[in-house]
Amino acid sequence: MTARYVARRLAQVLPAVVGVLLIGFLLIQLAPGDPILALAGESGDAEYYEFMRQKFGLDRPLPDQLWAYFSNVIRGDLGVSYVHGRSVAAVIGERLPATVLLTSAALVLSSIVGIGLGIYGGLRYRHPDDLLLNVTALSFYAAPVFWVGQLALLTLALGLGWFPVQGMTTAGASFTGFAAVRDVAAHLALPALVLAAQEIAAVTRLTRVGLINELASDHVRTARGKGLAERIVIVRHGLRRTLLPVVTVIGGRIGHLVSGAVVVELVFGWPGLGRLLVGAMQNRDTPILLGMFLLVATSVIIANLLTDLVYGWLDPRIRLR
Amino acid sequence: MAGLIPAYDSAEKLELLPTPTSPGQVAVRNVRRRPDAILGGILLGIVVVAALLAPALAPFDPFSPKGPSLAPPSPPHLMGTDALGRDLWSGVLYGARTSLTVAFLVGLMVLVIGTLVGTTAGYRGGWVDDVLMRFTEVLQVLPRFFLALVVIALFGPGLDRLVLALGLSSWALLARVIRAEVLSLREREFVEAAVTMGAPVRRIIFRELLPNILPSAVVVLSLLLAQVMLLEASLGFLGLGDPNTISWGYLAGQAQRFLRVAWWLSVFPGAAIMMAVLGLNLVGDALTETLGGRT
Repeated sequence: MTARYVARRLAQVLPAVVGVLLIGFLLIQLAPGDPILALAGESGDAEYYEFMRQKFGLDRPLPDQLWAYFSNVIRGDLGVSYVHGRSVAAVIGERLPATVLLTSAALVLSSIVGIGLGIYGGLRYRHPDDLLLNVTALSFYAAPVFWVGQLALLTLALGLGWFPVQGMTTAGASFTGFAAVRDVAAHLALPALVLAAQEIAAVTRLTRVGLINELASDHVRTARGKGLAERIVIVRHGLRRTLLPVVTVIGGRIGHLVSGAVVVELVFGWPGLGRLLVGAMQNRDTPILLGMFLLVATSVIIANLLTDLVYGWLDPRIRLR
Repeated sequence: MAGLIPAYDSAEKLELLPTPTSPGQVAVRNVRRRPDAILGGILLGIVVVAALLAPALAPFDPFSPKGPSLAPPSPPHLMGTDALGRDLWSGVLYGARTSLTVAFLVGLMVLVIGTLVGTTAGYRGGWVDDVLMRFTEVLQVLPRFFLALVVIALFGPGLDRLVLALGLSSWALLARVIRAEVLSLREREFVEAAVTMGAPVRRIIFRELLPNILPSAVVVLSLLLAQVMLLEASLGFLGLGDPNTISWGYLAGQAQRFLRVAWWLSVFPGAAIMMAVLGLNLVGDALTETLGGRT
């Protein structure tokens, strides 16, 4: 990969980060009433308000405020959540691992299952199997994630009893070592599957269409004409280019998955950012919400950067453009 | 020699080609040939009818607790009742209004802003293009769900700010597609001819470019609106919609507490959302394939 491509791609990150920070700042300024309410939440604590006013320079001109906001946020300092009595970073950091676990499980699951099903459908183009797969994928693609969760909870957990109903661990049990891991994995399975469902549908459709187009293309016909084994034609000539677009969408899927995770967490009582977020909405604990917004936005920017670099490494044509 | 060339002596062998039609008419004709597009149209049609005729079709006021509490589906409550004894069928009918209103208004905003930015960037080029495209890149990475949450937290709940937040943050993809279309159309002969003849910019954009861009814009828009509907539903599920209107997401959110005792409260509103989104996706997919574009 050329250094120039990496440098150019890295240079695109800065305007994106600045843009996200600007939007955060703009929303605080535009919010009705004193911006301190947006920055510090509605605790009504005059002493704390005065501290935050100083910290974010609210008594100074607008450019100074912007500078204060940028330098505070970039250091990860978003003030204190008045509900939790601790720094926003600490409160979010405490809940983050559960959400990251759920999101990454769904990301891995959707990539593997989605690509697998997409290949299966693509190779059976116009078969009844393919049609059934396509209809199922379309339905899951259109179903709201909380509804898939509620239906899965009703049928698979409450009805058939295959999965635990709520939470991340068995209440009251104190497992250690491998038993603890297995307990979490058992609780994780259904929420992860539900969260992954829509992404599985998206990846399946993308892989399937890509493979169908690729198998109909000239270079695949040439490979077949040369008398190569069908398996080699598919793996070396068909799949290779099919999987490239699947890689590029991973960055975008992360933002989507985190939004979905928050909702799925509420359905399954998963102790991540979801419940924190609902509590913050009820208490108007705005620093927490602004913190989550900035965190997810920067995660998406970084994920996009990484996928683009991987893409540039996989597909030389991208680097040269 | 004469025998080598097949002779078309009878007129009936020569089929008349259909008269050339506009891209729009071709698209409509192709869509009608596809069963999935027809299904999508029917699903969307049902939702639109439900939204328009909700006051006539709904047997009860969706907010008034008239029936028994948590009654399973049976006449007169076709979809059962909730914990307060409110009729779910009436709620689902009125929910179509909220969902479609949000989708329609967001769609309108996206179409106006996206077209404006896309044509300006594509037609003007240069630094204007650079600035606008950097801006769309920022918008594309914004997590719209979390943005909407912040807006609701700062400005309070309400359909107006929800529409504004979603409309102002959703047009990036459309603008990029339109810009790409403008860039390729600008090189075509009929546009060059118009430029050579001294047509004003306004005329070139409105008469030559936009009519040819419309099909791909509609494709992007239908798929975007499907996302917007799901976003609106998720926000409603969290109880962050407008407290004065019924929405499908709100109904499904209320169902969460009663999942063990009242499955109907979750099943019907969710099915309604899926119906609307599936309809939009099916129509959008069919349009994508018939118009030969890929999104």
